Amino acid sequence: MQKSTLVFLLLLLSALAFQVGRQKSLKAATGQVKNLHSLPVYYGYYTALWCGLPALLLLLLWLLFETPLITQMVIADLPPELASLPGDRLSLLINDIRNVVSGHIAASEPAIQLAADRYRELKGLSDLILSLLAVSLAVAGAAWARQRVVCGFRARNRVESTVMGFLIGSSLVAILTTIGIVLSVLFESIRFFQLVPIGDFLFGLDWSPQVAIRADQVGSSGAFGAIPLFTGTLLIALIAMSVAVPIGLMSAIYLAEYASRKFRAVAKPLLEILAGIPTVVYGFFAALTVAPFIRDVGADFGLSVSSESALAAGLVMGIMIIPFVSSLSDDFINAVPQSLRDGAYALGATQSETIRKVVIPAALPGIVGGILLGVSRAIGETMIVVMAAGLSANLTFNPLSAVTTVTTQIVTLLVGDQEFDSPKTLAAFALGLILFLVTLALNVLALHIVRKYREQYE
Amino acid sequence: MSKPNERIRRTHEKVMAGLARRRAAESRFRLYGLASIAGGLCFLFIMFGSIIHHAGAAFQQTFMALDVQFDQQLLAPDGKWDDEVLQAADYGALLKQSLAALFPDETLDRQQKRALSALLSSGAGYELRNILVADRELLGTTQRVWLPASDDVDLYAKGQIDRTIQESERRLNDQQLGWLDKIQAQGRLQKRFNRTFFTAGDSREPELAGIRGAMTGSMLTLLVTLLLSLPIGIATAVYLEEFAPRNRWTDIIEVNINNLAAVPSIVFGLLGLAVFINFFGLTRSSPLVGGIVLTLMTLPVIIIAGRSALKSVPPSIREAALGIGASQMQTVFHHVLPLAMPGMMTGAIIGMARALGESAPLLMVGMVAFIVDIPGGITEPATVLPVQIYLWADSPERGFVERTSAAILVLLAFLIVMNGTAVYLRKRFERRW
Repeated sequence: MQKSTLVFLLLLLSALAFQVGRQKSLKAATGQVKNLHSLPVYYGYYTALWCGLPALLLLLLWLLFETPLITQMVIADLPPELASLPGDRLSLLINDIRNVVSGHIAASEPAIQLAADRYRELKGLSDLILSLLAVSLAVAGAAWARQRVVCGFRARNRVESTVMGFLIGSSLVAILTTIGIVLSVLFESIRFFQLVPIGDFLFGLDWSPQVAIRADQVGSSGAFGAIPLFTGTLLIALIAMSVAVPIGLMSAIYLAEYASRKFRAVAKPLLEILAGIPTVVYGFFAALTVAPFIRDVGADFGLSVSSESALAAGLVMGIMIIPFVSSLSDDFINAVPQSLRDGAYALGATQSETIRKVVIPAALPGIVGGILLGVSRAIGETMIVVMAAGLSANLTFNPLSAVTTVTTQIVTLLVGDQEFDSPKTLAAFALGLILFLVTLALNVLALHIVRKYREQYE
Repeated sequence: MSKPNERIRRTHEKVMAGLARRRAAESRFRLYGLASIAGGLCFLFIMFGSIIHHAGAAFQQTFMALDVQFDQQLLAPDGKWDDEVLQAADYGALLKQSLAALFPDETLDRQQKRALSALLSSGAGYELRNILVADRELLGTTQRVWLPASDDVDLYAKGQIDRTIQESERRLNDQQLGWLDKIQAQGRLQKRFNRTFFTAGDSREPELAGIRGAMTGSMLTLLVTLLLSLPIGIATAVYLEEFAPRNRWTDIIEVNINNLAAVPSIVFGLLGLAVFINFFGLTRSSPLVGGIVLTLMTLPVIIIAGRSALKSVPPSIREAALGIGASQMQTVFHHVLPLAMPGMMTGAIIGMARALGESAPLLMVGMVAFIVDIPGGITEPATVLPVQIYLWADSPERGFVERTSAAILVLLAFLIVMNGTAVYLRKRFERRW
């Protein structure tokens, strides 16, 4: 039986079990629902849970362990000269066998055909056993639950604690995600630092991750000095912020202090559209329109501008970040009490003087928080720089030349075929670790500043 | 008495003297504010304008009319024409013959013949085959068929070939342009609605490439994301808002969720690669893995929106339910949750819209492969719309520029619909208590 059919069947059985449990409770209550501890539906849910949950858990476990087990058994049955192949050749062979099984390719030699037949046979057997086990487990669970349904049985409490378990389990996903991120980048990074010393990585000035395939190859020993990437990232982030901070801040001030209600109702959502546009669209625009434009303008002034200049990527990224800076600043400017403004007006200050001397200082922590969040966005932004910034790691602060960034390099290193023990792939995880730590620190700092300020006014 | 008066007068003069400057500063400041808003919006309009400008052409495609003589000799030399023969017949030769027939008074050498055939799309042969398989009576007759032209001819018909640049740097040489001018003069070039763009998968040839594969991939990925993130997100929001005791443990969960919301998306891709593909051995490039990664990314959005929706349900509702004997679980699931549902759905749709536009983490889990087939399930290799845009944007062929823009328009249309639904839901069901 197909697994999807099995899931469907199990759901059907559970629905059936719901009816069975409910009927049983009604019968036990002899027509008087008040004799029961819980409402009849809860007896239904209880039976359905006992019917569906164990079988679905079994299915999940089966899915996790089926493929490795079958593979092991197939390998054990291979002719000895094939079974004793080294690890990577063996995994290629297994891949071939799987492709033969799924009918993508024809077997190249009889041994593979035999193994494929064996694989198919084992898979069929496993499916059969699973179907039988799961269905009998479901039926047994339902029968057991049904037999427990009597008048005084506390079905609601049981069902509710199961639901509670699901709620708690769900809320753990967030923690598991963080742990997963930390562990996955950390482990691969540690493996990377065993190959390349951490000092060379953090302070090296030369980045060329090509690693020699043959030992005698010339000129591609692989250098993993990440400083050019860091400076490139910083340069682009700096350009982005020098666009985003003035524009974002000024538009927040205008919207909060000057704009009429009508103007605000139109302009604010329009500006926020900027945050909702997929970054790949910005990247396309930067590469297709902005970069050539800057190059042409530069050529008019006699400057040689790279067609993948940091300026183009930074400029477009800055536009993307405007809403992040402006919306948080806007919130905080609005949160400044009117009494502060009135005080300044009473002393004869003009509106702009009030804003500059009173409102902005009062809202400063929020504004700084917004800017920090913007910086962390700029550092972690991927698609714009992948599409509009360069790949060559130049150690320069000239915004007209091409630089590369941490995220661009992660993408370049990991897209395409990869083997998991070369320093080239592992370097991507080390860069990911740095990226994660830096953005985490920025976020924590920003949230800390923002929170501290909120407490003062409330 | 005169001294304080004097002082007041002098202060007054000072203030008056500075007033013009201060007023100027005031209006300057105001202008800066207006200018920055105008600047941001201006950029938005330029970007949309440029994309729409480029995209317009992609919805039309050039077709060329050929008088094809379905030659029995050429197609089925040994006299029988069952399906197999028709499938394998040499349609390329048929096309070459028909093209050469357009210019009967020219004798062409080998290279020129090749240049002539290059005017038609490499998919034109399949088109002929489909026509013949559908109607076998055509064999032996001469028919006028409209066939897709190559991407260069497409650009020619749309007036995007610059004849002033040197021949060697042009995609079409002078002779080809001459042919095309004649063909066009005969009315054999026509621009039609580009159906291929919506019905085909990816292709290396711009005129054969479409977004259906990427759209299907996006739908499957979003389906996985929705099925996973909605229950988990709502359950987490309900637990944290309604049941969780205030202690260190729940604090950790909360801080975690806030931090996850700001982790760069590419890091989620690294997680997906290391954990789901390398550790659990799920299929690379599949919507399943992509959907799981996007789930982890959108969860914080859904949870944060869900919590604020639950918070806005007044305590009196809970107290009333508890007062007539509902259990805590019944209170939440029968009374609080239905009232918070519109707000939660708004958050979920916004989260889904973000997931739809996301591409960086999907590059990491291999959804960036060149995939021609339209994916049929969540474990088959697929790509998604934003990644397709990225792939096309990287292609050197000019014809892909307009198709990329058109794909962006389709993506933006979906996003606008989703966000519009979210706004509508909020407006329609928002309740002030």
